[in-house]
Amino acid sequence: MSQNSRRALLRALPLAMVSALALTSALSTPLAAQETPVTIGYAVSKSGPNATGAGITTIPNYELWVKEVNEAGGLEMPDGTRRPIEVVEYDDRSSAEDLVRAIERLATQDKVDLILPPWGTGGNLAIAPLMDRFGYPQLAVTSVTDMAPEFAKRWDRSFWMLGGGHDYATALVETLAAAKEAGTINDKVAMISVADGFGIDLVKAARPAFEEAGFDLVYDESYPLGTSDFAAILNEVQGSGADSFVAFSYPPGSFGVTKQAMTVGYNPKVFYIGVGGAFPIYGKITEGKQEGVMSIGGVDAMSPAIEEYFAKHTAAIGNPPDSWASAITYASLEMLEEAVKRVGLDHEALAGELSTGTFDTVIGEVKLEDNQLRKLWWVGQWQGEHFVAVSPADREGAATPVTPKPEW
Amino acid sequence: MTYILSALGLAALAVLPMLFGDYGTGMLVGLAGYVTLATSWAMFSGPTRYISLATVAFFGVGAYTVAVLNEVLPYPLVLLAAAGIGATMALLVGLSTLRLAGIYFVIFTFGLAELVRQLITWFEVNVTGTLGRYIFLDLEAKHIYWQLLALGAATLALSAWIRRSRLGLALRVIGDDETVAAHSGINLARTKLVLFVASSTIITLVGAIQAPRWVYVEPSIVFNPTVSFLTVIMALLGGATRLWGPLFGAVPLFLLFEWLSARFPDHFSILLGLMFMAVVYALPDGVLAALEKFRRKGNGNSATKPAKEANA
Repeated sequence: MSQNSRRALLRALPLAMVSALALTSALSTPLAAQETPVTIGYAVSKSGPNATGAGITTIPNYELWVKEVNEAGGLEMPDGTRRPIEVVEYDDRSSAEDLVRAIERLATQDKVDLILPPWGTGGNLAIAPLMDRFGYPQLAVTSVTDMAPEFAKRWDRSFWMLGGGHDYATALVETLAAAKEAGTINDKVAMISVADGFGIDLVKAARPAFEEAGFDLVYDESYPLGTSDFAAILNEVQGSGADSFVAFSYPPGSFGVTKQAMTVGYNPKVFYIGVGGAFPIYGKITEGKQEGVMSIGGVDAMSPAIEEYFAKHTAAIGNPPDSWASAITYASLEMLEEAVKRVGLDHEALAGELSTGTFDTVIGEVKLEDNQLRKLWWVGQWQGEHFVAVSPADREGAATPVTPKPEW
Repeated sequence: MTYILSALGLAALAVLPMLFGDYGTGMLVGLAGYVTLATSWAMFSGPTRYISLATVAFFGVGAYTVAVLNEVLPYPLVLLAAAGIGATMALLVGLSTLRLAGIYFVIFTFGLAELVRQLITWFEVNVTGTLGRYIFLDLEAKHIYWQLLALGAATLALSAWIRRSRLGLALRVIGDDETVAAHSGINLARTKLVLFVASSTIITLVGAIQAPRWVYVEPSIVFNPTVSFLTVIMALLGGATRLWGPLFGAVPLFLLFEWLSARFPDHFSILLGLMFMAVVYALPDGVLAALEKFRRKGNGNSATKPAKEANA
């Protein structure tokens, strides 16, 4: 190709791009619905660092729910009519500034009826003041924060549904303490944590709790987010004499530390990892040897509602949901649907109903306490095909934790 | 005359939030932010041709300073502190790196953002034991817009002044040929350093002013590399060597991306990459230069005034 024609081609490229875009947008214009649709808007991270989390937990559930509601004829109103859902979605590119602007756009430009929250603690906090100012109820699911009680007071139409780092850490300590009482593990714990908001919150709560429960923290180090080589860490941990290995980790670190443990044949009696352990992909990471690994979250695998939810998620999205926040995200949408059916789309009435009402959802009966979901599963464990909940141990549906974990 | 016109223009821009709603004001915040970022980026990188990807390092430091100090100091002092920290950091970075040239400088600046992010994380983890800070300042979008507008106007004024000063001339010589510049008696290191510090301080202030909009700040939020890339592509699109170039790159690109995020929420990364290539291959000197060339072709060789033409 000559120099000149290549230049001409490169010059023509942007033009071709623009016309291609114009064509697709013309084709994708939705057909007019008969009933006035209910507009539901959301801004989620479809690109950038948050896209993974949003793509696993948030977006699939939004899509699944909208599809189901529309297939049933639409969102049911108090008078029994059904109005189809029309979605307005934006990509926030994992930027807080873009997210905030997208919410302003949804509220004042698109004037959507309801706004669904973004993925992540940061995103939910960034939009909370705006949602409050515009009066929209905010079902903040994927936000783990110990400050939830204060936030619920500050923005009285916000709902916090995933607990705080403190809850997860203390529940883990309780689970391990029970195993220690039973004599299955010794009192030594090796703990690593990712240097990230999440890891720090958990480790800060875990340290005193372990001490109080009579554990000896023989190894306690943090590692930077993005670490992929855990060989040195596991070497030291292996020699520490601890029966329990706890990693308050984040993906892909959670997967990296698992791989490394399998490679060196490190087989502690308790192997706990943070976010990622409940992901469906974890079974592939361990090549099917995930039995006994503990992590955050968990589901009641015996519940028919959960079983049905897993099946339809797999059918609609192509893969099963994660066993931590996915079911709760879906439950929050069921709550919204039911609340609309009871009181309509008025924001004040909706917020009141969400705050005080009782809802039958995929995670069982839900009643918020001070605008927070407190009936959560804090620790889970891979048992067979499922990542089952083991803590709180006294709650109905909890499985008995298996210690020691079988060897890889 | 120019001064009166500029003052009128500025006043007109300042009343815009009264005419637009919340979303319009949010757009203005984004526009003013990126125009200021691109203009201050071009202040240093335009004439010297040092492509810096450190924008978000300074931007993030500004935002973080506000997050740390917003409860202990009055707001104006917080901004002052942010500017001071940004300038100090730029001075240290500049002293140690401005002798690097070409691709080495690009790589270093890209790494700088990650370095700063890891340092802050390390400090928070090991010293303060907290990561993630809250900013509860009672500032609305329009207040943030006014601050950015003032900063943007000041940046343009400073850029214009530098272009006419000996400093600007020295910079252009450096950009054309460092060896010649050195032989003409220009103090290379000092000239580059002054500009780098000025440009970085402004970028730091943009981050500081925008931060209250996010309520919650942690390193992964404020050190988002997209900010660096967008700044570069905006400045290059408009033309980094011209005073108004970055503005004419930032405004259309910002509006385009806003439109794309609504129309094609799933394709941002691809479109950004294609855009990058299109700018580099098709418009290597920027839109303004391309327009000028186009005009010259049409009119034979008659002299044209690029600024007026672009305004038309």
